[in-house]
Amino acid sequence: MSVLVHSSMPSVFTENTVQAKPIALEVRNVVKTFPTDSGPINAVDDVSFSVRQGEFVALVGPSGSGKTTMLSILAALLTPTSGQVLIDGQDLAKMNERERVRLRREKIGFTFQSNNLIPFLNALENVELMLRLNNRLDKAGRMRSAELLARLGLGERLYNLPSQMSGGQQQRVAIARALIHAPTVVLADEPTASLDTERAFQVVQTFAALIHENDRAGIMVTHDLRMCQYVDRVLQMRDGKLVRVYETREEILALARGGEHE
Amino acid sequence: MGLAFYLAFKEVWRNKGRFLLVSLVIALITLLVLFIAALGEGLGTNNREYISKLDGQLVVFLEKSDYIITASRLRQSTLRAVRRVEGVDDAGPVSTSNTAILLPPGSKNEVLKVSLLGVEAGRPGFPQLTAGRTFLSSTAREVIVDQRVLDRTDIQIGDTITIRSTQGVEDNFYDLKVVGTTSGQAYFFQPSIFVTPAVWEKIRPKSDAELGNTVPAINIIVVRVKDPAQIEQVRNNLLESVKNIEVADIQTTINNIPGYTAQQGTVQTQGGFTLLIGILVIGGFFQIQVLQKVPQIGVLKAIGASNPVVGAAAVIQISLVTAFGVAIGGVLTWLFSLGFPPTVPLFFNGTASALALAALLAIGPLGGLVSVIYAVRIEPLKALRLS
Ligand SMILES: Nc1ncnc2c1ncn2[C@@H]1O[C@H](COP(=O)(O)OP(=O)(O)OP(=O)(O)O)[C@@H](O)[C@H]1O
Ligand SMILES: [Mg+2]
Repeated sequence: MSVLVHSSMPSVFTENTVQAKPIALEVRNVVKTFPTDSGPINAVDDVSFSVRQGEFVALVGPSGSGKTTMLSILAALLTPTSGQVLIDGQDLAKMNERERVRLRREKIGFTFQSNNLIPFLNALENVELMLRLNNRLDKAGRMRSAELLARLGLGERLYNLPSQMSGGQQQRVAIARALIHAPTVVLADEPTASLDTERAFQVVQTFAALIHENDRAGIMVTHDLRMCQYVDRVLQMRDGKLVRVYETREEILALARGGEHE
Repeated sequence: MGLAFYLAFKEVWRNKGRFLLVSLVIALITLLVLFIAALGEGLGTNNREYISKLDGQLVVFLEKSDYIITASRLRQSTLRAVRRVEGVDDAGPVSTSNTAILLPPGSKNEVLKVSLLGVEAGRPGFPQLTAGRTFLSSTAREVIVDQRVLDRTDIQIGDTITIRSTQGVEDNFYDLKVVGTTSGQAYFFQPSIFVTPAVWEKIRPKSDAELGNTVPAINIIVVRVKDPAQIEQVRNNLLESVKNIEVADIQTTINNIPGYTAQQGTVQTQGGFTLLIGILVIGGFFQIQVLQKVPQIGVLKAIGASNPVVGAAAVIQISLVTAFGVAIGGVLTWLFSLGFPPTVPLFFNGTASALALAALLAIGPLGGLVSVIYAVRIEPLKALRLS
């Protein structure tokens, strides 16, 4: 099936175009320590990496390896114990809470595993909400929101409430919401967890295409290694550490073929 | 702020049924509170109206009567003494009793119960006339009636009414000619009719022991002072120069009308408890709602909604639902009041109603306060961790 889309592309070409773009997100020696009953544990342990504009990265690893913690730190929802996170060159640690809230609505796009959408807003309103939050909703914004939803196959669903949509449709609305305000970084926590395989491939493929087209820096946490076929790089974590990075197409496709779950 | 309004309105609009239900509960509470307030106002007015309109500032009671009108008995000599006191402009006697006006056969009720008040024409205690004239002489069998008597019967000025008085062991009947009217003069839950002290003594209900009396018994003396700024001074003068009396102002007199304070207290307590129930109901509803909304609020904050926006949206929503409920309740109250007979003392025009409305509008934000604080404190991280 659509595994062929990327494998037919020369890997050298992919890396070259990506590396030519500026760095959007930089993580330097980030550590996050949580106190627990059995002593402090490092949920994230000295992790460093960077993501360029137009690059789509997967974050994988066994349960408890620190993926969600990492994502929370990138989203400025959690402050690291030590280390630095820079988005567009701005250090998150140097911001106060108000500036972090502002950063989240201006520079970050989000999709969550579930409960993504505001239940009392329809599909279009959920996407427009991101523009409203930024006080940027105008006629053009409305049109772009509807177009983006149409692009994601939801042209007929603009006025449906979340309760009237399937999990996959809701996830696509969330993807539109994560992209509409032209954020620097797009973060997705298990975007395919509630979808069947067929839907999951479709959603991630469209997601990847939009990130590439619009030069966003995308980071997706996933348990499903098959989804890695659409990304440009895979970061593997274990016990809070970044243990391996898959960079070439061959490596990535081998990992993606390796199995459904690790 | 625009965003907060948007979120608050959209949520209410898309969950009309649920929010309407809360509004209806608030409407019922409003209905109850407004009726209790109106009843309190109505009962209070019917009890104190005549006293509160007295043409004077001080009221003289018998010593140790504890300012209770029915427990006070004063002599004619006391009245004369009071009139001579320095600073007193004028003073008039008031004698209180009850009687029943016989109604013509075929009327809905056989009798109309009224307060029978003995007062001297033109003196403090005498009511302001709205039509007709005052008594021709101190012994004339003439009566001035409260407008309510005319409203509830077919009696008119110029008619002769018959009252029934139980004197000793006999029922005696007396004819009185209606010569004037006054308005808003209820006393002790009944409309009042006014006669001269001499006539009052003659026709009032009496016990066996009182049958021989000819000198009118006076309950209280209403004192009008020369200079309203000198009330306290005149009060002291009275206490110094007249023996065996105590002196109160009008408000104290009202508060000591038998049962008045207890009744107002009861009504206010009922109203207060109903408001409290309202606060708890609204508080409970919005608290349950905010608990259900934790993931949703977490998402809102994670994607960049600030705490002020989330808090304002919650407050706006609660205020909206409360105001809507109070409005429905107000309309319901008005509709219901149209159907109530005039004998039920409901007074909606008092400050009591305005106060009740203000209190009702406050119960939403008060009850919802905990839930608003809770909403503001929800961590955006919940959006990631709960999913
Ligand atoms: N608030 C916290 N307090 C204490 N320990 C925590 C806290 N949050 C996370 N941890 C611990 O940190 C480690 C990493 O957790 P995290 O949720 O980031 O893992 P994950 O890779 O997302 O796992 P999963 O795949 O199951 O979602 C775990 O051992 C977890 O128990
Ligand atoms: Mg996780």
